[in-house]
Amino acid sequence: MAAGNAADAHADVLTDHRSVGLTDADAVAIFTLMLRAREIDDRMWTLNQQGRVAFVVPTRGQEAAQAGIAWALDPAKDWLFPHYRDLALVMHYGFTVRELFLMYYAKADDIISGGRQMTHHWGSQARHIATMSSPLGTGIPQAVGGAYAMRLRGETDAVTVSLFGEGAASKGDFYEACSLAALHTLPVLFICENNQYAISVSMAKQSPVPHVADRAAAFGFPGVIVDGTDPFATYATVQAARARAVAGGGPTLIETEMYRLLPHTSDDNDRTYRPREEVAAAEAREPMVRITQHVQEYGLLTAAAIHDLTEAVRAEIAAAVAYAEAAPDPDPATLTDHVYAPYEPETIDATASEMQT
Amino acid sequence: MTTTIHVPALHHAHDDDTPTAHGLFSPTTEGAGAAERGATMVEAIRAALFEEMERDPRVFVLGEDVGPRGGVFGVTQGLYERFGAARVLDTPIAESGFTGFAIGAALLGAVPVVEIQFVDFIMSALDQIFSDLAKTYYRSNGDARLPVVIRAPIGGGVHGGLYHSQSPENLFIMPGLKVAMPSTPRDAKGMLKAAIRDPNPVIFFEHKQLYRSIREPLPPGDFLIPFGVARLVRPGTTLSVISWGATVHAAARAAEMVRAEGIDAEVLDLRSLQPYDRAAILASVTKTHRALIVHEASKTNGFGGEIAALIADEAFLELDAPVRRLAAPDVPAAPFNSQLESAYLVDAAKIAAAMRDLAAF
Repeated sequence: MAAGNAADAHADVLTDHRSVGLTDADAVAIFTLMLRAREIDDRMWTLNQQGRVAFVVPTRGQEAAQAGIAWALDPAKDWLFPHYRDLALVMHYGFTVRELFLMYYAKADDIISGGRQMTHHWGSQARHIATMSSPLGTGIPQAVGGAYAMRLRGETDAVTVSLFGEGAASKGDFYEACSLAALHTLPVLFICENNQYAISVSMAKQSPVPHVADRAAAFGFPGVIVDGTDPFATYATVQAARARAVAGGGPTLIETEMYRLLPHTSDDNDRTYRPREEVAAAEAREPMVRITQHVQEYGLLTAAAIHDLTEAVRAEIAAAVAYAEAAPDPDPATLTDHVYAPYEPETIDATASEMQT
Repeated sequence: MTTTIHVPALHHAHDDDTPTAHGLFSPTTEGAGAAERGATMVEAIRAALFEEMERDPRVFVLGEDVGPRGGVFGVTQGLYERFGAARVLDTPIAESGFTGFAIGAALLGAVPVVEIQFVDFIMSALDQIFSDLAKTYYRSNGDARLPVVIRAPIGGGVHGGLYHSQSPENLFIMPGLKVAMPSTPRDAKGMLKAAIRDPNPVIFFEHKQLYRSIREPLPPGDFLIPFGVARLVRPGTTLSVISWGATVHAAARAAEMVRAEGIDAEVLDLRSLQPYDRAAILASVTKTHRALIVHEASKTNGFGGEIAALIADEAFLELDAPVRRLAAPDVPAAPFNSQLESAYLVDAAKIAAAMRDLAAF
């Protein structure tokens, strides 16, 4: 992979977006996506602390990688098998601010699950986002099977994208999935969002090798490390992996390195397991700081323009919060809906009567 | 739902309770003349797979050794030659991985039929099955369907030891999954075809003891057998035996053993456990006033407890005797040694004794 290798990871300046084939408009759109995700994330954290929503899964620190991944994919063709922190990614795949807050408030009109699933358990068949559970890792072999289904029906210009944290990469399903994808040279992108912690367990305590990407060698396909706080480097890496996959080259394992800036969830206290200095150091070069600097240095957006964008999304969020808070809860009478899809066999045992006594 | 009742004309290759002599991996000896003699369950299941794969290009089969080898029980023989490697997919020994693979394929429009080589090996796939397969339609509020069939040989009496003999059907009886456990070739074919067309996930248990021990003529044409409809194996008036899987046949033999003693046992084959035919059970108990539930799995927390509760809830005043359950003892699994295995398994003699006991109450 040309861009975003380990050597230039953690450079202080982001990759020149033009050098990886992105226009200035792309860079602004990527910035805007990240900003919108960040504002929603911040607002959710506050709403939780105010006691207005029960549970929040933060994305803070992972927006850049997600925006870079998003720009390398084709939502009309490529399927996500998502990670629960993939807020920016699912927004690129079509989720509106209102839809997101209907999910956070678990209201009847939540398009993911009608309020059945916990927050951030994405899914929408129409938007090519696979529904997901909470036990980690099960979606990884599912993405491989999805790619197999694409092949069975002759789709050649599409990939499935399996997204997971470095925590889920410890599960057996990860290894079985890598094996199955490599055996059949399937168009799957395995993308690890390595935010350094599985709740409280650090990477050093989770993995005997320094990088998740190292594990790709066991399956004979590339493992690439990219700075996940650099959306343009991430884009270039994923774009190259996607091109390789649709050309019949098979899977790639991409490890996007980042830092989870907030606790695991609103129910976690990260002061019990990591020093504040470590978090502060990560905050100093977190994705929004870096891309804000980038778009200003390239003359793409002024501080005033960024201020206006921020105010606009805050107004949109405020309207969505008000809408979601007022929206109806699911009717308890619907509790038993959708346990089984309706089905009656078409040609019931026509000869049964002959065998009656 | 209307209860379809018929008594199939079955030829029993083994009229006693001796476990199938050919053991775990039976040779494939159907050969010429099979049509006249009727089909074995292996042939019936294979025919169902052939027909559904011909009918629907979205259907594909995957599992360990299902390709050129045709499966360790020979069920998928000929599929690879007819449909090719892409639709008859040999997998690594990775039950969780290939079950998840099937789920993902189904989300994107395929209709996978997974073979788990022995149900004893399904355990590593339970996260996929319980967390995803069973819950996807519900958690997506009806958006995502998973038309996945998981076929799994089940049951003991084949000298399989602890890990080739279990009967853990009770584990899979949960909302969101359908569970079939046919006891005849005809039912196996009709129910598997229905399972493949069903938009819901189906766990399809095939009793190893029945794979080649009985033959039955199969109806011509495209016939499906719905889930949730019990089969009346033998009508009777003294007591009702409710069973599924291989013990259905043992119960039918037991009924013959006690007939001369004036005990006229009715035998009901549930055929599917999720859904299961509550109406047929209650109708039978209302007629005979005595219920004996027989299953191969161990007794405590077996599905028999659920049926006993159903009868207690809804037919209490019809009962002339306590609801009885005959099942394996509460030991972890069937031992390998023949004497121990026989002691473990429910057989016709044990069922006959339980019938006499219940009739005398």
